[in-house]
Amino acid sequence: MNLFCVGLSHHTANVETRERFSGHAEADCILRGAGCTEALLLTTCNRVEVYGAAAAQVPTEEIIRCLAREIDQQPREDASAFYRYEDAECVQHLFRVTCGLDSMVVGETEILGQAKKAYESARASGAAGPYLHRLFQRAFRTAKQVRTHTNITRGSVSVASVAVDLAEKIFGRLSGRKVLVLGAGETSERTARALVSRGVSDLRVSNRSMDRAAELARLVDGRAIRFDEWPEQCREIDILITSTSSEAPLLTSESLVPMLRDRIDRPLFIIDIAVPRDVDPDVNEMEGVYLYDIDSLQSVAQQSLTLRRQQIAAAEAIIAEHVAGFWESGTARRCADSTHSAMSESPVRASEL
Amino acid sequence: MDRYLLIVSTVCFLAAVVRTIAALRAGVFRPGRFNFLAVGLGFIFQTAFLSIRGHALGRCPITNLFEVFIFLAWSIALIYMLIGPAYRLSLMGAFTAPLVFLIQTFALLAPIDVRHAVKLPSNPWLEFHASMSLVAYGAFALACIAGVMYLVQERQLKTHQLHSIFYHLPPLTDLFAAITRLLWWGFALYTLGLASGFFIGEPLPRMQVVCAFAVWLLYAAILQGRHFRQLAPRRVAALCIVGFSAALTLLWGITFTAQMHSLP
Repeated sequence: MNLFCVGLSHHTANVETRERFSGHAEADCILRGAGCTEALLLTTCNRVEVYGAAAAQVPTEEIIRCLAREIDQQPREDASAFYRYEDAECVQHLFRVTCGLDSMVVGETEILGQAKKAYESARASGAAGPYLHRLFQRAFRTAKQVRTHTNITRGSVSVASVAVDLAEKIFGRLSGRKVLVLGAGETSERTARALVSRGVSDLRVSNRSMDRAAELARLVDGRAIRFDEWPEQCREIDILITSTSSEAPLLTSESLVPMLRDRIDRPLFIIDIAVPRDVDPDVNEMEGVYLYDIDSLQSVAQQSLTLRRQQIAAAEAIIAEHVAGFWESGTARRCADSTHSAMSESPVRASEL
Repeated sequence: MDRYLLIVSTVCFLAAVVRTIAALRAGVFRPGRFNFLAVGLGFIFQTAFLSIRGHALGRCPITNLFEVFIFLAWSIALIYMLIGPAYRLSLMGAFTAPLVFLIQTFALLAPIDVRHAVKLPSNPWLEFHASMSLVAYGAFALACIAGVMYLVQERQLKTHQLHSIFYHLPPLTDLFAAITRLLWWGFALYTLGLASGFFIGEPLPRMQVVCAFAVWLLYAAILQGRHFRQLAPRRVAALCIVGFSAALTLLWGITFTAQMHSLP
């Protein structure tokens, strides 16, 4: 039995090429069309991959044909975007993928869920059998171990999630915290949504255009308030997200002093994502005020990414251990043996490798 | 024999310190069970030491500076065992272990284990007063540790420089709540210890009484500032560190004076 992976990803193909091959094939179609014993299709926005087990070598072109929407019109140059991994390399590649090491954002965890979903779907349709079952179960175990024993998933790498993480490090549980969104931009909407997803229920939206404020308030399940009321709201709130198009700072140390009165033991977290900035940087020097502008949020995201990259070697070591463990196990060895015997019986196919 | 128990206990705390440093340097620090177990094991050996020493003395083993330091280290470990898991601040173990390790190492190395020539008579009120005050010191020590954690976390949030430890430290508000509770517990126990001093039945050195009241006033002032919202959390955290350092120095003074006072 031959274990293989044929696919393309953001490393080898641009988004147009990936689009051409995503979402058009089913694992059972690959089973029938390419002659695999078992097959699994992993499709995400960054990759399209087929994992298969077959008694004889399945040519890459067969897999590509199954994946392509229009078989006859498939451009020849697309084939060069595909990679192929066999046996131990295939195992290693899958383990790297599920651990997030092959992802665009190193250490992202979404891919693990997508791989689990792909496996479930292939198992339900009967396309995945004992070989892929063992392979994927081991991949999930490896990913879990990597997440537990390294910092590969540590920290957030997007502005919205960084802001939420910081809020949790200041306030702990976010339920019961009051948030004011000043200015109804796209990033503030994303940040507000992320805060709501972590338990914030009291969300107020203020914008120069009351209609836009009401619209965003409806989207994030908050309430709109008039723009001239926001300074008064600052006395009550815990988190301020600001992204207005004001040319001059809306908030300075002087204007904040009266708002901070009577809240000496209640921190204020300000997320200023406006350019030019809405909040004077000196505000960060005030007691109990934590100000993050777009640059500092991006810098935190970058720090997390650097921290994650530093963990790659440790993650690779765990993966190597699991690949060796998997490959030395009985089933995998039998897979390889039967593959080699099949290849030696058909030298023409073997040469297609 | 009893000192060997103490050495083993110190090694347990050292293990927690070494593991924390190694994990921090590798950038994969996690507040797992190891620190809690190491502190727990160290605590068991401390208890065994104090029990043997107390049995030999026929009273609470706080008769010299050495025993006072060990009792203080034991109190810190005890409060950590009680408070740490309750406030989900098990990371405190990473900060508690170095403090206990330093206190015990100093006590073991310094020539302060001076045995009294005459067996001291047992005085239940005096023993209650001293032991209660030391347990209160344990709570103040933990408040000091939580204060350090608060300042480390606050500094990272202010400067936007987030290190590996940032993700393992508790949120600021949780830390501040822990500081406040520890201060109140410590203050209540210390007040109890201080009040029991009036029932000892023998005159205490004036210096000792002044020092004890100075510590009480210091913590009363911190709590008053906290209660009436006159002090910002960062200042309370900093004062916990200053307060415990001052209290530790005064404890030294009190014990030293008492030791001198008891010499024939």
